[in-house]
Amino acid sequence: MLAPAEGLPKPLGLLAELTHRCPLGCPYCSNPLKLDPRADELDAATWARVFHEAAALGVLQVHLSGGEPAARRDLVEIVAAARQAGLYSNLITSAVGLTEKTLAALADAGLDHVQISIQDSEQASADRIAGYGGAYARKRALAAEVVRLKLPLTVNAVVHRANIGRIGDLVELALALGAGRVEIAHVQYYGWALANRAALMPARAQVERALAQVADLRARHHGRIVIDAVVPDYYAKYPKPCVGGWGRRSLNVTPAGRVLPCHAAETIPGLEFWSVREHALADIWASSPAFRAFRGTDWMQEPCASCPRRFEDFGGCRCQAFALTGDARATDPVCHLSPRHAIVEELAAVQEDAAYVYRRLAQTPTSS
Amino acid sequence: MTEPQTARPVAADARPRLPRGVRLAHSEAHGGFVLQAPERVFKADAVAAEILNRCTGEATVAAIVDELAAAYAAPRERILADVTKLLGSLADKRLLEL
Repeated sequence: MLAPAEGLPKPLGLLAELTHRCPLGCPYCSNPLKLDPRADELDAATWARVFHEAAALGVLQVHLSGGEPAARRDLVEIVAAARQAGLYSNLITSAVGLTEKTLAALADAGLDHVQISIQDSEQASADRIAGYGGAYARKRALAAEVVRLKLPLTVNAVVHRANIGRIGDLVELALALGAGRVEIAHVQYYGWALANRAALMPARAQVERALAQVADLRARHHGRIVIDAVVPDYYAKYPKPCVGGWGRRSLNVTPAGRVLPCHAAETIPGLEFWSVREHALADIWASSPAFRAFRGTDWMQEPCASCPRRFEDFGGCRCQAFALTGDARATDPVCHLSPRHAIVEELAAVQEDAAYVYRRLAQTPTSS
Repeated sequence: MTEPQTARPVAADARPRLPRGVRLAHSEAHGGFVLQAPERVFKADAVAAEILNRCTGEATVAAIVDELAAAYAAPRERILADVTKLLGSLADKRLLEL
């Protein structure tokens, strides 16, 4: 892996949220509750400029995400621009709304990798979680087409109470589909997932079984498929090194062009975000108030400020610290050293089989 | 990581190649070669870049070793050990086809 440079770090990854439009309604969607409308979306020419500026800044990989990126009619043009800028391009798709014809055109335009989300290994449950009938069948069909075109495929499986017992089946499904990589991603509670936390939260015993199972699956399938895991942090002892450290490894551009240190950063009040419409990306990375707010370790309070792990996990997640304690500078309460750690245990214990609040543009609570 | 670290055996007549989705590219911003793969980036030092640039699916491992031993006037056994170690570990991570 690339070592962090001295002084101002160089970002390696850019998450390009091309649109917030999406046919699916997954209740754990990481998009903000207040979604950017279509009329505000950046055009392809602006994305091309952003990709060139990103490459010059050090970015190597661009993750084309959303919403559903295939909702953009100019997606092929955008992928071609990423390749032209010298970036490694990763399409993060639900597969719904992405035709075989468009996929072939994307491959020709230089797309490097495709990631397809799968909601469950059982069709009825998968479609219920996605809030979209027929989604599961569509995903399987498009995955086959990705493999036929010899594009590398990752299956992304978000894990929560409704499917946590089927991790083995999800890995088998990824293998059967021809994926070289599968992500077993426990839900992270931001955006829509935070709104659905009690309905998604698994029990501690389920999580412990799941972790042991992933270790076993890794050993069993070593060399056949790469199994990456996103840990269930409400049950962790230490916090995750969120986005590899604030303003250190990656940046996120919203559909409307605001540049964020992470996709949930707008939930922290008082941060000033700059837009690619008004600023060059290098200026935003170096000087925008939002990126400077929590870069490095000077902002930390105890117990983080003197903790030997502060250069490993950077105090955890700022958005989670704010969401659970009301103070964005606090230690992520997931950490067992946090004086507020009891909150996390209390919240994890709240598990209710309530109906999902599906992520829909029309249901955006803040829209009129 | 809990994965076993047993690198895959590398046959002398294998013709290694980077699979689709794995690319070696020069990055001006990082001042060197980087090997790019799904969700992963590795810095390739000068030796690794010399080896990987030859992994086109045409040359055999033996031919690559011969060429590098001649180019660097180095003992063939040492080059063979370097090449085998690198290619085996990359194949293990699915970053190379043997």
